[in-house]
Amino acid sequence: MRYSGFRVLAEGLGGNKGWRPAWRDPEPKAEYDIVIIGGGGHGLSTAYYLAKNHGLTNIAVLEKGYLGGGNVGRNTTIVRANYFLPGNQEFYSHSLKLWEGLEADLNYNVMHSQRGLINLFHSDGQRDAFARRGNAMINQGDDAELLDREGVRRHLPYLDFEQTRFPIYGGLLHRRGGTARHDAVAWGYARGADRRGVDLIQNCEVTGIDIEGGRVTGVQTTRGAIRAKKVGIVVAGRSGQVAAMAGMRLPVESHILQAFVTEGLKPVIDHVVSFGMGHFYISQSDKGGLVFGGDLDFYASYAARGNLPMVEHVMEAGMTLMPMIGKAKVLRSWGGIMDMTPDGSPIIDRTHVDGLYIDCGWNYGGFKAVPASGWCMAHLMATGEPHAVARRFRLDRFATGHLLDEEGTGSQHNLH
Amino acid sequence: MRITCPLCGDRDRREFYYYGDAVYADRPAEGAAPEAWDAYLHLRDNPAGETRDLWYHEMGCSAWIEVTRNTVTHAVLATRLLAERGQTGEGGPSGEGEPKPRRKGKPE
Repeated sequence: MRYSGFRVLAEGLGGNKGWRPAWRDPEPKAEYDIVIIGGGGHGLSTAYYLAKNHGLTNIAVLEKGYLGGGNVGRNTTIVRANYFLPGNQEFYSHSLKLWEGLEADLNYNVMHSQRGLINLFHSDGQRDAFARRGNAMINQGDDAELLDREGVRRHLPYLDFEQTRFPIYGGLLHRRGGTARHDAVAWGYARGADRRGVDLIQNCEVTGIDIEGGRVTGVQTTRGAIRAKKVGIVVAGRSGQVAAMAGMRLPVESHILQAFVTEGLKPVIDHVVSFGMGHFYISQSDKGGLVFGGDLDFYASYAARGNLPMVEHVMEAGMTLMPMIGKAKVLRSWGGIMDMTPDGSPIIDRTHVDGLYIDCGWNYGGFKAVPASGWCMAHLMATGEPHAVARRFRLDRFATGHLLDEEGTGSQHNLH
Repeated sequence: MRITCPLCGDRDRREFYYYGDAVYADRPAEGAAPEAWDAYLHLRDNPAGETRDLWYHEMGCSAWIEVTRNTVTHAVLATRLLAERGQTGEGGPSGEGEPKPRRKGKPE
């Protein structure tokens, strides 16, 4: 069923009796050409682009819970292309371009809103660093504008500019940055993949990876064995456990990142505002809730919930930056399991097992990467060669020293 | 989360700086193969369940502590001084091998 304004009108007049489920709920077959482990944003987009770009449709996506129930359903929905290092730049630039055509491509409203992202700076040194980053973004073909304090004030008059600890010197404005509706991204890709013949199999946990003679032959699951010629591991925070089924030890440590949403308010924050020195960033959802988050809880965890010290820290940072939000009531908070790498950049690569591929290490920047990650993982799995914009996301770069340490914080997983 | 410092007793988590997996205490010998350094710096078992990691009692007695805890429930199961781990001959620190805490966003 194709969605359109006419369809909404017709269904409204006909009592909404014609709507059908957006995807099937198939039983797993005994064999597929390709099995994707993980029905989150990256897994679903991988399946979608395998079908759309490479014409491969004998594919199953195996999800242990429900589609989009992991990090794609529990993030702060920011979409941007403001990276500095070659390797990251071209990848996120490609991703943003895919975002800009995503709704038409998927025939699905993902509520992508390019409302502009402002990264604040608070010292001369930081200004220099942001000017340099902005120039790199422009050279990549993306957009950046360096704002002075008055420039920031025109966009964000409600900030506390005179706070003594981090007085606001200016900001880097990325107009094409913004937000999207996180669940809709998963649903849109799921529907698009399903319409092309991909089987989306929920409540199906992978318990083993079958390898014969150095080549993958299938997976064991809670719903039986499934043979496959190629298998992709796309499981974010659970990468360590699934990769261990193939005898791999990854450069990944899983950490908790918390986020928060307030009760719905009238429109008050028009942009995405990032206050890096306070580890705080915020936007307002179309429903009116203030969506904000901070830094990792800092210790390895799979709890999918955080602890109170970081809650307190995030609230303090928010009050420091914009005291006007002080009376907003927090509705809920949640934690996502982040697959942190020692350089803060992801991995899209082959493994030591023929036919087994891995897409992981998204740290806490995975949401904006969903389109390009799927695009590049699909390219890798279909052709056997890395895509040009993801060729530096190698699994062996830690061993060889070709790190992509965007923040320059060194080999400690929780510092990125 | 509260952590029992072997010297100071039961303390708030905020008094401690988290360094990472206890593998950091097993620094490869000088001249070790690059693979050993890759494993030491980058590769992790990353268990969902019981793990051992290093915490520094920064706002207390400055001791380095090895904490055994559960990464799913956040339960702290056991703690001991990193120095004692070395004395038990389990590949502990060599003396000068104690890690130094680093902070995000601040130059060394």
